[in-house]
Amino acid sequence: MPSQIAIGAAVPGCAKVDPILIADNVRRQFGGNVAVDVEHVEIPRGLITALIGPNGAGKTTFFNLLTGFDQPNSGDWTFDGVKLAGVPAFKVARMGMVRTFQLTKSLNMITVMENMRLGAQKQPGESLLRALIKPLWKRNEDAITARAAELLTRFKLDAKSDDFAASLSGGQRKLLEMARALMTQPRLVMLDEPMAGVNPALTQSLLEHIRGLKNEGMTVLFVEHDMHMVRNISDWVIVMAEGKIVAEGPPNEVMKNPAVIDAYLGAHHDSDLGTEKQAKGN
Amino acid sequence: MDLILGNAISWLFQPITAAYALAAIGIALHFGFTGLLNFGQAVFMAVGAYGFSISVKFFGLGFWPAVGVAVIASIAMAFLLGIPTLRLRSDYLAIVTIAAAEVFRFIVSTTSAQPVTGGPQGLNQYSEGFYAMNPIPVGHYKFWVWDFKQDDLFAIAVSWLVVTFFAVLLAILIRSPWGRVIKGIREDEDAVRSLGKNVYSYKMQSLVVGGLMGTFAGILFVLPTSVQPGNYGTTLTFYIWTILLLGGASTVIGSIVGAMIFWSLLSLTGDLLSTGVDNGTITFLTQNQVGAIRFMLVGVALMLLVIFRPQGIFGNKKELYFNA
Ligand SMILES: Nc1ncnc2c1ncn2[C@@H]1O[C@H](COP(=O)(O)OP(=O)(O)OP(=O)(O)O)[C@@H](O)[C@H]1O
Ligand SMILES: [Mg+2]
Repeated sequence: MPSQIAIGAAVPGCAKVDPILIADNVRRQFGGNVAVDVEHVEIPRGLITALIGPNGAGKTTFFNLLTGFDQPNSGDWTFDGVKLAGVPAFKVARMGMVRTFQLTKSLNMITVMENMRLGAQKQPGESLLRALIKPLWKRNEDAITARAAELLTRFKLDAKSDDFAASLSGGQRKLLEMARALMTQPRLVMLDEPMAGVNPALTQSLLEHIRGLKNEGMTVLFVEHDMHMVRNISDWVIVMAEGKIVAEGPPNEVMKNPAVIDAYLGAHHDSDLGTEKQAKGN
Repeated sequence: MDLILGNAISWLFQPITAAYALAAIGIALHFGFTGLLNFGQAVFMAVGAYGFSISVKFFGLGFWPAVGVAVIASIAMAFLLGIPTLRLRSDYLAIVTIAAAEVFRFIVSTTSAQPVTGGPQGLNQYSEGFYAMNPIPVGHYKFWVWDFKQDDLFAIAVSWLVVTFFAVLLAILIRSPWGRVIKGIREDEDAVRSLGKNVYSYKMQSLVVGGLMGTFAGILFVLPTSVQPGNYGTTLTFYIWTILLLGGASTVIGSIVGAMIFWSLLSLTGDLLSTGVDNGTITFLTQNQVGAIRFMLVGVALMLLVIFRPQGIFGNKKELYFNA
């Protein structure tokens, strides 16, 4: 299996057969603290890749850099062959590379449905002048609304559609943010801890949903601390520690990698790499 | 008594009230819908007042070209204020707008600018072109305790027409997908950015449109009176904010009703107090102090309102529960 994803051995920074995102020498320093220092990494297209690592490893910062929400001190990266360094965040999103946030950003004082519609692209009514003439955007709006309603149903938020997003629970906000990101119809969706705070019953259906995204041809890159979930749905796992990529590989092999165990145990001793849970679960 | 009441009621529809209402609608767009802190709405009003009156008096332009000059100046002002600040945190716009309003006022009121701006005396008699368009026959029009000349009626009608136009415009905009993006930015601009919207451009559009409302308010404000540099201080901006918060920041109608209440209350308290001083029922005040006292009373009334109805008259109480 791994031979179909990576070219050659699964070492940190290994080349992929069909990469969608390639990053080179991406470095971000906060004062004296090097938060991210990624020499080379490739994300395989059409698969689900997990980005794991201890707290403070630089995962969120790396997401921020790749999506234009933060500027690196140096580095280059391409998405589908297009150079992205220096491209503003909204343009990155328009190209089809959309991310969610670790600290959920629901738009509280607008309704759940309006949150969803905001994710839609190419709505002509978003231009100031065309906004004044409803017939110019009404049809798009109807199509967008139908698509949003369908997604909300899949995420079990349909009953909340007309409520303010502020009235959602923390887990529901995570779901809304993910659903909203999908409204943009991305090619690569980057989820920063999508399952944090979502109850186990729903987690299961979300896992199915993420697999569904893959079947629709989307590439998924997600950050997650729950190793159980990582094992469950990812095709490939990339491990970060202290800003660097320290290991890569298919989930089962990566979990056995001494560098990974080191990175985790070195950071906090009580961490659970999911092996135990897995054993108990089966 | 009828006179006092008549006076207070007339403030419901004076052109000045309309001007304040329109300026408040502008910051409703800025603050209530986009989350931009514009503490310098006075500068947009001043740009309207001076842009229009200088064009007429100094450059000899007609009414419509003069309005055009004010509009262009207003857009330029919005870019000037927005370009350096809209990429930064919202506080920066607040500081820059408040400073710009003061700088503008100092510049136009210097004596060296007198030939153009009228300096400290300001400008007057630039409204002939406006009143020349008045279709109402010459004469006095009396209703109840009021006595209007044809020009008064014309100014009232035009002012409220303009207010209605902009109020409807804003109502349409905020219900459109454009308005959805704007409200999203108010809630969290990074989230909106992550969905592929050019946040900077939307904030600029909002600043320009709300500023234009301030500029038209500035023109309405001076058409029936004169241009006085002293009027464009920070107090003007804060009265407009008061009106906005009184009516409810995230509403359109709130600004209009807020302006009406603000001015009627001010007139009513002032008239009642000075009558009291005149006929001896109020002995602890002199006629000179009445002007200051009425603002204090209005201030107290507004404080009570903000304490007991913090969302404003037309605001949605839910919004505050969630923000807390
Ligand atoms: N804005 C910032 N200013 C200064 N330091 C920062 C900033 N953002 C992140 N850091 C530092 O960069 C390092 C990486 O942080 P980051 O948030 O990327 O970690 P993470 O891998 O996402 O961790 P977690 O799993 O806890 O979310 C940390 O040491 C953090 O203190
Ligand atoms: Mg993180």
